[in-house]
Amino acid sequence: MTAPAIRVEHVYKVFGRHPERVVERLRAGATRTEVADAGTAAVIDASFDVHPGEIFVIMGLSGSGKSTVIRMLNGLHDATAGTITVQGEPITGVGASRLRSIRRDRIAMVFQHFALLPHRTVADNVAYPLELRGVAKDARRAKAEEILELVGLGGWGDKLPSALSGGMQQRVGIARALAADTDILLMDEAFSALDPLIRREMQEQLLELQQKLRKTIVFITHDLNEAMLLGDRIAVMRDGRIVQVGTPEDILTDPANDYVEQFVQDVDRARVLTAANVMERPRPVVSETAGPRTALRQMRDSYTSAAYVVGRDRTLIGMITDRDAVKLARSGEVSMAPVLRPVPQSVRQDEILMNLFVPAVESPLPLAVTDDDGHLVGVIPRVTLLAALGPGPGATEEIPVQPQPIPVSVIDEVLAGGETPPGSGPSDREAVL
Amino acid sequence: MDGFRIPLGTWVEDAVAWLRDNLDALFDVITVVVRFLVNGLTDGLLAIPIPLAILLFALIGWAVRSWQMALGTALTFTLIVAMDLWEASMQTLSLVLIATLVAVAIAIPLGIWSARNDTVRAILKPVLDFMQTMPGFVYLIPAITFFSIGVVPGVVATVIFALPPGVRLTELGIRGVDAETVEAGNAFGAKPGQILRGIQLPLAMPTIMAGVNQVIMLALSMAVLAGIVGADGLGKLVVQSVSTARLAIGVEAGLAVVIIAVYLDRVTAALGTPADHPSSLIGIAARRRAAARTAQPAAAQTRGNQTQAKENDASSMRQPVKTG
Repeated sequence: MTAPAIRVEHVYKVFGRHPERVVERLRAGATRTEVADAGTAAVIDASFDVHPGEIFVIMGLSGSGKSTVIRMLNGLHDATAGTITVQGEPITGVGASRLRSIRRDRIAMVFQHFALLPHRTVADNVAYPLELRGVAKDARRAKAEEILELVGLGGWGDKLPSALSGGMQQRVGIARALAADTDILLMDEAFSALDPLIRREMQEQLLELQQKLRKTIVFITHDLNEAMLLGDRIAVMRDGRIVQVGTPEDILTDPANDYVEQFVQDVDRARVLTAANVMERPRPVVSETAGPRTALRQMRDSYTSAAYVVGRDRTLIGMITDRDAVKLARSGEVSMAPVLRPVPQSVRQDEILMNLFVPAVESPLPLAVTDDDGHLVGVIPRVTLLAALGPGPGATEEIPVQPQPIPVSVIDEVLAGGETPPGSGPSDREAVL
Repeated sequence: MDGFRIPLGTWVEDAVAWLRDNLDALFDVITVVVRFLVNGLTDGLLAIPIPLAILLFALIGWAVRSWQMALGTALTFTLIVAMDLWEASMQTLSLVLIATLVAVAIAIPLGIWSARNDTVRAILKPVLDFMQTMPGFVYLIPAITFFSIGVVPGVVATVIFALPPGVRLTELGIRGVDAETVEAGNAFGAKPGQILRGIQLPLAMPTIMAGVNQVIMLALSMAVLAGIVGADGLGKLVVQSVSTARLAIGVEAGLAVVIIAVYLDRVTAALGTPADHPSSLIGIAARRRAAARTAQPAAAQTRGNQTQAKENDASSMRQPVKTG
């Protein structure tokens, strides 16, 4: 792993008369409410690393300290205790001019309410960081136009920010941060002030830009869905403390405590979990070198009417149905090749659940999941897909399936009032579908 | 209790006397400078032929506000001339403008300082309250002690009296600038001076101009009082009319003060909010410039094409000459 872009170690931020004393008490184990009389503990013992090129989301409700954390990352707030390093350089306890030059050259920021300068044109706003750096007028004008083009605002440079809609203003905010040409971007609730449709659009645009630019982004939000969508990793904050840091899947499937679990209850799991998160061991799988009899045996053992056929390195080749296998076996054929059918639906393992429903419905077998090289890595029965949408950590474990229905003949007998011999129904059998 | 009295007034008087004796040179300098400025401005204004002067005032009105303003200015200023109060009016205007200039030059830096420093603010606040609520007449007494009679004590008393709203509104304007916008400046590594010039002052400008407007209004009200200490102008006429109970002069001089007050108020108010006056000359010029800027590339292109076409024409015309 490369060196972290930002490293935060045991950082505290206390607002109040004697912040150091409050930190001592917090270190000794006092809670945030216990020290409330002496000062406001906004951030308590925060530690995390942000890796280069990732989107690191800090998520929490208002008052959880997330905005204070992001403001400490560029020194707008100084940390009461602890150290923060940006690209190996400490920004805690350094002088004002050193801080300014770090902000100018290394960290740009996007604000919740855009914070554009209303008396300057859009292009001048975008060029502002360059102006502060002393770039010549023509050069910064050209750069501003280029960046505006990038965020889809080409030709708007001469307008005043007030002439733009909220979404467009925030694009100017993003363009300004990009114009600063820093490796690190801080985004403080950047999309929270926008209405939902625009927000969605901006989120997608940000991901698109990130594909191209590969910046290190620290993104603050109170919206879990946004965090899950954007974040490569997420830090969940509560009452000034970081309660969990992990990938969206980690947080969803393995919440560190009740708080996180409650939090993730509302998340749109279909957009976060991937096929790999919920898939099961592929069961009716037959090697292509095996004969139809082996296939039949496999299908009988797993109570299915078809099986996937894989090559020697588990490459998914096709499927075989029980009827075809029976025919082959009867005619004495030893190779399955003549009756192999193409796999109707298969999905990649990094596909999100949202995109699995239609293939799952169309697939007669549990949906096949493959890796990048086409190897069969798992299957997703429809029940599993449904269960994964429910809350709780159990969602991705194996699920007992419904017993197969009693055969029609048996029901008819019962309805006719006849006696049913015990154990004649196959109700103890299970189906996997 | 009987017979016991804190001689506060006497102490202040002693202090004033001490200041007069020890800072004499300083007061002399102030006297010379202020008298030079006010008299110079008055002479300058009076040197302009009256119709031209009225035209200039009207044009200023049009430039910042509207042609209606210009028309109103021309009419009311002609009324001043018709009342034979032009010279007195110009003297008062000079006194007000110079006093305002000095007051603003002190008030805005003080306002900026107190916006950035809570201690300064805590100290300034009661001082400003004192300056603004102490009856204006009281300033005249030490002013006479320091500067003798005439226009100078008038200006000094006016400055002291008119200063507070300038400081207050400058501070209010700067503190009222959206915190996130200032934070943005900080986040991109702007120096405090760059934030002040590039963000805080421009965004606080409407409020600061409202402060300047208030300074002018207070200065004008005080300028009349300055007539008591012998400053020439409309104030002197008002004081005379009061002492001799001649209503006619008092009404006329009072009316002239009102006209100047309204004029200065409208002009300074419009300066603070240029966007609200699209029909002003400045507004029209700004729109023209903006239109020209957007049209420029297109125009340049067509011009290029035209010259190209002309050259083609010329060469085709020259061709027959060559062959012939």
